[in-house]
Amino acid sequence: MDRFTWQSARTVAEAASAGKCTVAEAMRADTDADRVVMKAGGIDLLDLMKEGLLRPTRVINLRDIPGLDTITEDAAGTRIGALVTLEQLAAHSISRQRYTALADAAASSATPQIRHVATLGGNLLQRPRCWYFRSAAHHCARKGGEHCFAFAGENQYHAVFGHDGCAIVHPSTVATALVAFNARVELANAQGGTRTVALEAFLVGPEVDVTRETDLRAGEVMTAVLLPPMPAGVRSVFLKQAERLSSDWSIADVAVVLQRAADGRCQNVSVVLGAAAPVPWRAQKAEAALTGRLIDAAVANAAGEAAIAGAEPLRRNAYKLPILATLVRRAVLTAADVRETVP
Amino acid sequence: MPNADRTHSVTRRLFLRGTGATASGVALLADMHIAAAADEPPIVGPGAIPLTLTVNGRNQEVSVEPCMTLAEVLRGPLDLTGTKIGCDRGACSACTVWLDGAPVASCMLLAVDVGARAVTTIEGLAHGDTLHPVQEAFIAHDALQCGYCTPGMVMSCAALLERVPNPTADDVRAAIDGHLCRCGAYPHIVEAVLAVRKPGP
Repeated sequence: MDRFTWQSARTVAEAASAGKCTVAEAMRADTDADRVVMKAGGIDLLDLMKEGLLRPTRVINLRDIPGLDTITEDAAGTRIGALVTLEQLAAHSISRQRYTALADAAASSATPQIRHVATLGGNLLQRPRCWYFRSAAHHCARKGGEHCFAFAGENQYHAVFGHDGCAIVHPSTVATALVAFNARVELANAQGGTRTVALEAFLVGPEVDVTRETDLRAGEVMTAVLLPPMPAGVRSVFLKQAERLSSDWSIADVAVVLQRAADGRCQNVSVVLGAAAPVPWRAQKAEAALTGRLIDAAVANAAGEAAIAGAEPLRRNAYKLPILATLVRRAVLTAADVRETVP
Repeated sequence: MPNADRTHSVTRRLFLRGTGATASGVALLADMHIAAAADEPPIVGPGAIPLTLTVNGRNQEVSVEPCMTLAEVLRGPLDLTGTKIGCDRGACSACTVWLDGAPVASCMLLAVDVGARAVTTIEGLAHGDTLHPVQEAFIAHDALQCGYCTPGMVMSCAALLERVPNPTADDVRAAIDGHLCRCGAYPHIVEAVLAVRKPGP
């Protein structure tokens, strides 16, 4: 790791006024530029720095800022501080009971050692895991180069939807669940202002800008993730498929959130696919296939098939489609308490 | 360390620690300048800065660059080489230590970021020649071959038993989820931990 100076912010305002650029900007900056980046848990930052992909001149430490590491709820919903660790998120009674899919997504992320340090904010702002992006030898489109190497290269872990010029999949597992819950993110800036934006709008695909994954602006500090209150009758399910059972990246994951009306019909349905696209991918056709319906095996199966309609698999990742369809079917049946029968 | 690389500004706490650790506080003061803007947090590094780490119950004064990981500081200046560095990317968990009792990857944590949190390494588990029960069980159950993953494995298993005194085999597997053992000792490791669990009432 290259050497850097260290500045530990005591308040959000201090961090926001000290921060000069986003990590994405710092990675593409000239070597003589002032590359001042912020660090929460530091897991992704250290990874990028050890690979020589990010060479900050100064690291602003956010971890000691008080008040950003709690989960609280009131009538308006639930507020999750950006410094809450994945382990807190996996174990907290509010996330476990109200937002089960989110707690399960957090618990399925990384290793216990990483979950104790990695923060929710850092997880949402981490850079993609694409092996061409992570390879210093490949100057890919996301790093300001000419090509996405995945299209002609090894693309078994890449996107099956939305790969417009770059085929990364979004690296955050919890983001799949957060988008399904219609989460918003709260961002503070150096002027003392705050904006909140839907996470789904905050995460941007390559068709917007191939060199960044978020709408984070230089100097902004993510301070919280806000979740709407969950009315009675809402069920949420997160399912993930990886190559190994232990601490592995998703090859496909799914979050389903649905509410059943008094007559048992589905409303307020979210079906979101992870590891499928450069952003958490809302499966709108699957949502339409479930809305207003009573869930049975046929309806769940149709939702699974609808979820993969329109997919554009690459040379080596079409195997993801039946996995995604199966995960959607199982998640829908579980959320509706319908036992799956083996055909 | 060339003089030009020395610390240029320090926090008050680091400054006080520094003066405590040096024979000449006055000389140190002359060598540093406190950040001019009183309302801005001080910038330290990139050269070595004085740091106090609480390791295995003792306060340790060390001089570290902000870019050094906890694993590097443990194995280097503190000579606690029980902690191993495998992948150096948080993927193998060989470097597992406890931070306030929770297992963390010391290779993915900057030493300057540890602060007042208590670090426990494999050297802190045994009491003199008396091994921790998990260490005894690893020997009794042949739970290691080359031994490289063992310190990290033991730290995670001992942390599990602190939290869950009577774990199931699945609890143990979840606790060692992130650990890689290239010798494939996993079944014996699970057996060893189950052998030292304390059955509930």
